[in-house]
Amino acid sequence: MILKGKALKFGDDISTDLIQPGRYNYLRSNLPELAKHVLEDADPTFASRVKKGDFIVAGKNFGLGSSREHAPAILKLAGVSAILAKSVARIFFRNAINVGLPVLICDTDKINDGDELEIDLSAGTIVDLTNGARLTSGVIPDVMLKILDEGGLVPYIKKYGDFKV
Amino acid sequence: MGKTLAEKILSEKSGIDARAGDIVIAPVDTVFAQDGTGPLAIRQFQACGFDRLACPASTIFFLDHNAPTPTKELSNDHLLIRDFARKCGACLSDIGEGICHQVITESYANPGDIIVGADSHTVTAGALCAFATGMGSTDIAIAFALGKTWFRVPPSLKVNVSGRFPRMVSAKDLILYLIGKIGADGATYMSLEFGGNTVARMPISQRLTIANMTVEAGAKTGLFPSDEVTRTYLESRGRGDKWRPLQPDADATYEKVIEINAAKLVPMVSKPHTVDNTAPVTEVKVTRVHQVFIGTCTNGRLDDLAIVARILKGKKRHHDTRLLVAPASKEVLLDAIKAGYARTLIQAGAIVLPPGCAACVGGHQGILGDGEVCLSTANRNFKGRMGNPNAFIYLSSPATAAASAITGVITDPRESA
Repeated sequence: MILKGKALKFGDDISTDLIQPGRYNYLRSNLPELAKHVLEDADPTFASRVKKGDFIVAGKNFGLGSSREHAPAILKLAGVSAILAKSVARIFFRNAINVGLPVLICDTDKINDGDELEIDLSAGTIVDLTNGARLTSGVIPDVMLKILDEGGLVPYIKKYGDFKV
Repeated sequence: MGKTLAEKILSEKSGIDARAGDIVIAPVDTVFAQDGTGPLAIRQFQACGFDRLACPASTIFFLDHNAPTPTKELSNDHLLIRDFARKCGACLSDIGEGICHQVITESYANPGDIIVGADSHTVTAGALCAFATGMGSTDIAIAFALGKTWFRVPPSLKVNVSGRFPRMVSAKDLILYLIGKIGADGATYMSLEFGGNTVARMPISQRLTIANMTVEAGAKTGLFPSDEVTRTYLESRGRGDKWRPLQPDADATYEKVIEINAAKLVPMVSKPHTVDNTAPVTEVKVTRVHQVFIGTCTNGRLDDLAIVARILKGKKRHHDTRLLVAPASKEVLLDAIKAGYARTLIQAGAIVLPPGCAACVGGHQGILGDGEVCLSTANRNFKGRMGNPNAFIYLSSPATAAASAITGVITDPRESA
């Protein structure tokens, strides 16, 4: 699958508390409303700036902290089509795949805020159409690729009824 | 070739000779969610078309994060959980019973178990040598229904601790020091495994503090060997029959081995806004503190309250510093009352909150004002964590927190009487 969109850059250590602030936990059963506050404490303008198909391009250890799956869920709801980062915290990585949000591990220093990117998910290649940089992403386990192929863990389990490893 | 604790437990449970990097499917002994993650887990369980739990007796819902709830929306989330638990026969640990990780330790976790929970601090049960790890709501929903999940067998990082802690220095200072040293991603995807003569003498309460915070270095699990200390603890909980020795093989392979001399450690703090932003307490002394928060799954146990009570006995909190204390469980609260700690704390000016997560997650019970500083015994100090992105959170041991509550500024507990 080929994805095209704009890079929205963040730094290192973007925690799940920054992505989904705990003070909005009362909105967790109302994800569209919760999504209006996505990344609010890292960038108050983010929710109004993000367009459908955009990419989060971050530094190291993106998504560290809590297990709240609401974090990748509201990123996806807000329109984000993939996360690119130097590294991603373990639980966030698994959660992102489970909600059907692709994660690519690559050297994000080569990408600037606002650059247009083209990503080939199956090949794991990223082209920065603005500056010409070409990047490749690290491999992710086969089981995660299959979950991603189905659009997330719920459709995967509905189809297979079990984990196929 | 020998195995690490993580490789041993995952091999035994999956029935495969598993090595770091392998993907295995393994049954889970205990699976749980809390009030922040449970509603989504229930909805995902239903979205998959499931209607039965694989093992109701080992499926637990905890109402601890916003307990009692401050808003109608959260009250409705609690209703959803109570209703689902009743219909499916799952166990319910209602408000006031305590923090999930403390109750799991008191009543469920055993050496060699696999425990998965929809909460990142599920790693806490590694103190009892359970392979315990946090996952999101959908993974947990599937584990509810299938009684198993998939794991990538983690590589391990070994931490050998030797020597005796100096006075007023404890496990919390050790884990803050370690996280500062290796960084918030220093153990990402890995099993952090602890050993050495200090660990062999270390009580379960301190092992829990360390295991709890391994996720703050990115770890998938934090494991202590199952030894005589573990046996004594399980016997005290009426689970002596569940004890068995479990040690890593002497020739296990580790990514790295880190040696720490406990005798050289000093009281540590994490400064805002990341846990790995650590410093010796002497570097931040005299920072004004508006609120001291003692409790959480990191440091809300009886041993923690004992040291706090010892420091606060006959003293008063600083008049400009609020002091909040939340025991980790109902049992801890009852024991603290029995031991006289609760009385000592209240006389010193503390507010004793209901057993639960209290102020830690920023939803209720002690949200900070703009520009305010909190010194907390919790495990996270991320911006916004305690409900206000314009506040500042420092993390410390219970001893440092108690000493600071008296002076109103961050204080080296070695200097308090």
